[in-house]
Amino acid sequence: MSETNSIISPENIVYKKSPVLLDNTMHYCPGCSHGTVHKLIAEVIEEMGVQDITIGVAPVGCSVLAYNYIDVDWQEAAHGRAPALATGIKRLLPEKVVFSYQGDGDLAAIGTAETIHACNRGENIVMVFINNGIYGMTGGQMAPTTLPGMKAATCPQGRDVSHDGMPIKISDLLAQLPGTCYVTRQAVHTPANVRKTKKALRKAFENQLANKGTSLVEVVATCNSGWKMNPVQSNEWMEENMFPMYPLGDLKDE
Amino acid sequence: MAKAKGAIVVDTAACKGCGVCVTACPTKVIELAAEVNGKGYHYAYMANPESCIGCSNCGIVCPDTCITVYRAKAVATA
Repeated sequence: MSETNSIISPENIVYKKSPVLLDNTMHYCPGCSHGTVHKLIAEVIEEMGVQDITIGVAPVGCSVLAYNYIDVDWQEAAHGRAPALATGIKRLLPEKVVFSYQGDGDLAAIGTAETIHACNRGENIVMVFINNGIYGMTGGQMAPTTLPGMKAATCPQGRDVSHDGMPIKISDLLAQLPGTCYVTRQAVHTPANVRKTKKALRKAFENQLANKGTSLVEVVATCNSGWKMNPVQSNEWMEENMFPMYPLGDLKDE
Repeated sequence: MAKAKGAIVVDTAACKGCGVCVTACPTKVIELAAEVNGKGYHYAYMANPESCIGCSNCGIVCPDTCITVYRAKAVATA
């Protein structure tokens, strides 16, 4: 144990909390992917040195309180309207770095119109999209991204595709639009995937500084409370069930 | 021994005991404690400190960023 104590000294630190991340304890459930993605955004902002010029647009959903955790300027959008608000901010203040942070209920359901048109216009913003296939905040209702046969509060027998249709793969759709320059789908359940997601976020922010157009980083995420599993089980369930429907990788990179 | 030696410090008050770090650890250093913290969570701790290689996988996957990772730069040979 004394050997361990000798290692614990400031010059040996190889990983610590980013100073861009505030000390507030996150309200997310244990194991929630939101925390990991918040951390990655904070690390990317820190490494790029853009903390003072970054403006985030928070959504409605579990991540509605994102402004309590990342130490940049924030604006809270009405449900689904984050891309529209980010458009306005970026057009008025083009020297700022603007990103929206949205869940699947926000980006792919109520905000589909804003999302598609912002991407089609090629607004020079970063959109971070957390896809966990469920409405987590309101108690686990079916979302447009819920998998076929997946149980949720409003489809207790599982999603019936003959009644509810197939899940929407919004990133594939957005990759077809001329305004997007970078569309990628990542996950944050293993250390390797976390590192890849961080690289993707970095690229998205760099695209904005290079005025290349809209960058969308989708993160296939877990909602262990909504899925009624523990965090480790939900990571395994995500690999088995979410990844076949939402395969990871770059969908567009120009 | 040339093997890198590491150590972690868990902010036990902030830890929510999700266990994601336990599965991310390649050398099975971390376990969840039998005791609970102020919020009632079984927090993560170093159960096998001698196996830690300071890879920082646990810190990277921790959703609440409550793990600080240390790695000795040169191991003193005794």
